Amino acid sequence: MSTPYAKLPAWAEYVLLPFVNVVVAFLVAGLVVLLAGDSPLHAFQLMIEGAFGYGEGIGYTLYYATNFIFTGLAVAVAFHCSLFNIGGEGQAYVGGIGVAIAALWLDRFVPWWVTFPVAIALSAGFGALWAFIPGYLQAKRGSHVVITTIMFNFIASSLMVYLLVHVLKPVGAMAPQTRTFAEGGQLPTLGWLLKLFGLNPGIAPFNITFLLALVMCFLVWVLVWRTRFGYELRTLGFSRGAARYAGINEAKIIILTMMISGALAGMMALNNVMGDQFRLQLDFVNGAGFVGIAVALMGRSHPLGIIPAAILFGVLYQGGAEISFDMPEISRDMIVIIQGLVILFAGALENMFRPALASAFGRIGRSRRDVAAPAAGE
Amino acid sequence: MSETAIALKGIDKSFGSVHANRNINLTVRKGTIHGIVGENGAGKSTLMSILYGFYQADAGDILVNGEKVEIRDSNAAIAAGIGMVHQHFMLVENFTVLENIMLGAEDRQVLNAGIARARRTLKELEEEYALQVDPDAITEQLPVGSQQRVEILKALYRGADILILDEPTGVLTPSEADHLFRILEQLRNQGKTIIFITHKLREVMAITDEVSVMRRGEIVATKETSQTSVDELAELMVGRRVLLRVDKGESTPRETRLEVKNLTVDDERGVTMVKDVSFAVRAGEIVGIAGVAGNGQSELIEAISGIRRARSGEVILEGEPISVSGEADPRRLRARGLAHVPEDRHHMGLVLPFEESENAILGYQTDARYVNGAFLNLGAIRSDAGEKMERYDIRPPDPRLKTANFSGGNQQKIVLAREIERDPEVLIFGQPTRGVDVGAIEFIHKRIIEMRDAGKAVLVVSVELDEIRGLSDRILVMFDGRIVGERDGEAGENELGLLMAGVEEEGTAA
Amino acid sequence: MKRLLLTAVALAALSAGAVAKDFKPAVIYDMGGKNDKSFNEAAYNGAQKFKKETGVDFRDFEIANDAQREQALRRFARDGDNPIVVVGFSWANAIQSVAPKYPDTDFVIIDATVDAKNVRSVTFAEPEGSYLAGIMAAMASKTHTVGFIGGMDVPLIRKFECGYIGGVKHADKDAKVLTAMTGTTPDAWNDPVKAGEIAKSQMDQSADVIYAAAGGSGTGVLQATADASKLAIGVDSNQNYMQPGHVLTSMVKRVDVAVEQAFKDEQQAVKDDGKSFKTGEQHLGLADNGVGVVFDKYNKDLVTDKMKQAVEEAKQKIISGDIKVHDYLTDDSCPYQSS
Repeated sequence: MSTPYAKLPAWAEYVLLPFVNVVVAFLVAGLVVLLAGDSPLHAFQLMIEGAFGYGEGIGYTLYYATNFIFTGLAVAVAFHCSLFNIGGEGQAYVGGIGVAIAALWLDRFVPWWVTFPVAIALSAGFGALWAFIPGYLQAKRGSHVVITTIMFNFIASSLMVYLLVHVLKPVGAMAPQTRTFAEGGQLPTLGWLLKLFGLNPGIAPFNITFLLALVMCFLVWVLVWRTRFGYELRTLGFSRGAARYAGINEAKIIILTMMISGALAGMMALNNVMGDQFRLQLDFVNGAGFVGIAVALMGRSHPLGIIPAAILFGVLYQGGAEISFDMPEISRDMIVIIQGLVILFAGALENMFRPALASAFGRIGRSRRDVAAPAAGE
Repeated sequence: MSETAIALKGIDKSFGSVHANRNINLTVRKGTIHGIVGENGAGKSTLMSILYGFYQADAGDILVNGEKVEIRDSNAAIAAGIGMVHQHFMLVENFTVLENIMLGAEDRQVLNAGIARARRTLKELEEEYALQVDPDAITEQLPVGSQQRVEILKALYRGADILILDEPTGVLTPSEADHLFRILEQLRNQGKTIIFITHKLREVMAITDEVSVMRRGEIVATKETSQTSVDELAELMVGRRVLLRVDKGESTPRETRLEVKNLTVDDERGVTMVKDVSFAVRAGEIVGIAGVAGNGQSELIEAISGIRRARSGEVILEGEPISVSGEADPRRLRARGLAHVPEDRHHMGLVLPFEESENAILGYQTDARYVNGAFLNLGAIRSDAGEKMERYDIRPPDPRLKTANFSGGNQQKIVLAREIERDPEVLIFGQPTRGVDVGAIEFIHKRIIEMRDAGKAVLVVSVELDEIRGLSDRILVMFDGRIVGERDGEAGENELGLLMAGVEEEGTAA
Repeated sequence: MKRLLLTAVALAALSAGAVAKDFKPAVIYDMGGKNDKSFNEAAYNGAQKFKKETGVDFRDFEIANDAQREQALRRFARDGDNPIVVVGFSWANAIQSVAPKYPDTDFVIIDATVDAKNVRSVTFAEPEGSYLAGIMAAMASKTHTVGFIGGMDVPLIRKFECGYIGGVKHADKDAKVLTAMTGTTPDAWNDPVKAGEIAKSQMDQSADVIYAAAGGSGTGVLQATADASKLAIGVDSNQNYMQPGHVLTSMVKRVDVAVEQAFKDEQQAVKDDGKSFKTGEQHLGLADNGVGVVFDKYNKDLVTDKMKQAVEEAKQKIISGDIKVHDYLTDDSCPYQSS
């Protein structure tokens, strides 16, 4: 029997279709700007200039992108096992505890490069732990991870309030946050990297965590496509029946996949806690866990797709801030609407233009095929 | 009766680079049963989907009763008097028959008047065409044959004059199939037109007035059924002469390799599907299990191959009992020489989005030859897959092509190559040729017999009675979870058919 | 901290040739946003009032995440905005690091203390105002049971809670105080339904006056108590009008006045010499009318003369130092027992 839509060539599938989605998203967002009584072109120009026009803007764009690479990878790894991990938010949040423990413990005694690996291990560990429970419940009890991970986001939130208000807050301080880390708990910026290109990084919190994110992209690729575990993970993700037939231990794979997913989300905390704010704050994840879902969808769950998708969302965050700096009529909430539109078109409605595109390709294909060999119907 | 019910003119349809239908011209005369045969992927389903409005043709016209019609969706098809009975029934299982028939044709928001009218109409239809079904029965509790009648009634209730039946006998027992044929004849005699899609040539010979053969998206011939033969049709379908009858010598069974004792298996819902089944398979013989789908065969072979837990009983492989009620472990069974070609290659035997080479190691993904520690040895995997593709003539011979892009026959060969090439002692084949084209059927049957002749113990489960009769040295018939009879390979079709229908039970045979 | 050094050098170069500073008032809100019905909105109202009176427009911005704090501050400072008022204690670290780099810009932070030459830190004596609210609650209660409903469980709200309990105990040693927080996430500032449910449950436990220090969630408490013909106490801005006859009083915290005052001071300073803007700590208590309880036409039937007298007496004693109201933040604990 035939598939509902014809297959697209790879370049159309991975480049053209996402591009069309993003363009449509921006067109609709432009309408929103127009409704607010501003020029969409000016807004777009501000956004792009703000995100790429100067060193500090690029630094901020990449700083936000770093967050989204981690959460995007987290969602993607789980996707490959057909698990929908919506708990990136909570896992990253709890990962922050790991970072804070490492930094508060070591920052006064050792340089950052000693603290960093400890913080990586602890953030990943805490994130993994937070995902382990939903993973275990899914594997052994059949409780759906979508439900349990959402619940765990709330639990993480309550846990952090308790810890920050009652345990980690220095006495006498007003804000529910830890003390500011000393030098040993502060990651170096990558300003030099931007300077290589003659850019002034300004105060952008673009830091070494970005490089860690790129390393993780590579490791995720190796894990999913080059290891036995990745093979079993994908088999289970595509077909439970085939996994059972192949003698794959379903529970083990589900639990491990969720833990890896949680570890990746947990590492996101490094970027904010050790790379920017130098302290653990309430609500520092600020939606990055959810943006990760859109990033993974747009990036087709492949690291090479996740990086540009994460940068796109970095542009939306940084460029969005620039728009509201300079266009007072565009409030912060409207920026959220515009970001939401991109998620809607690029993520949720990603198949909307597929049939049209497919039939367009079909027509082109047919006119060419008169010379090609006949193919059997499938 | 030479009026034209349907005429297709120059129908053309492509999916991307796949040209599924090319320049189809077909005329179906009113009041006839018109068969359409062809291998899987020949374009039959696409053509019928165009006729029923699921797809739009890229080019060409559809004429119904001589008038050109646009069929944009299934509502337009119904309006044009075309009804379809799908291979997989489109019924709401927990609705009553009447509710299913009314579904989508309820008339009003308030149902009462509609229900009464539907009941009346249904009664008339039943009397006119001898289609007896209790309108108040819950659909899922009906036997498969009756459910199919509900589908037919559903189409008639919507005023269909032209009925399309897509592979209607796949799920039926021989006697249910006979019943269907009688209904179809009745419908034809009342002036309805029937398009009958199948790959079973004997059914075409038995029931149709005319037959069209499709190959590679084209109609290669249309014949009066009385003027053709099974052999000619097969040749037209495949494009070359094919051997329909399996050639095999006498079997020389030796020691018992696989023994099943009092096996009882439940399915996910807790329904007991296999009831106290016992049998043995010896080296050098093919044991076939016949039966209508859904009588416990699937659960039986899944339990033997370690995929499904059994409730009780014993499976003895090479003289050693294997744990059937503990944690399932197909991997250990493979290591002990049991190979299994599962009946559902799409959901079990293969991972369709995988590259061919990835599927070539499914179940053997921990073998030392395919891995370096935790990493896959892609070089070894791909070269190994390439060799197998060559030996099994799997086309196109590209180990990196996505498995979904292979035809059904080539997909089955991928599974076969994987399982046979490990040189196992016991082989289990579930529906070895389901959805496989005629050319590949021949190839697969030859391989199965080769395995027997090489002294392997072979168990074949199939709902195709012809296949069971052609391959098996001994035939077990399953009905309602039990083995209701054992016959030798020469048993007659009628005799087996009665056993399959549960008419003639003779206690548990061993 | 190479980065800081570099930017400092760059800035020094930039600011060397800078001309005398302008008066371009700006306010940046916290994550709650300017329409939060609570103190961000109070800051906005103060700025609006200034605009109305002087005709000078102001620039404002709502941040969407923490990383934007420094970015926004620097952006505003670079654009020559002056003074820059930031609302909320979460700004402390950002101001701490940005302010020294822009010595010619005056910054004002509300609800936190930052030690820098060009920063005015405005804090309020919430415990003192809450103490007075507590006295009134205890005197108005017929059941000797009163309630407290906070927003999100953060130290700031504990300050309110602790002062309130102190006041209740001052007026009625045996009174019982039921306390609860609306939630543990920022949603708790804007969940009137849940806050209303908590109020109902406190009333079931015979509380008849409830103090709502819960931002936007407080409207739910006011509604619930009015429905049950019980009393509520509003917070931050004067909420007496919201349920006339059912709001005993409101503990106001004049963020609006602080913002307006900062704008006025700077306007004057720029006019004079550009240097006379008063920085440093500015702690607004009862003495400065920075906090207090409101008596107006909406609650005049609820407030007895005896109550007014007791409030006035306590106020004078607090100002004179005879009564020391405990500040939760000094030791993260509250010495008053709630039951």
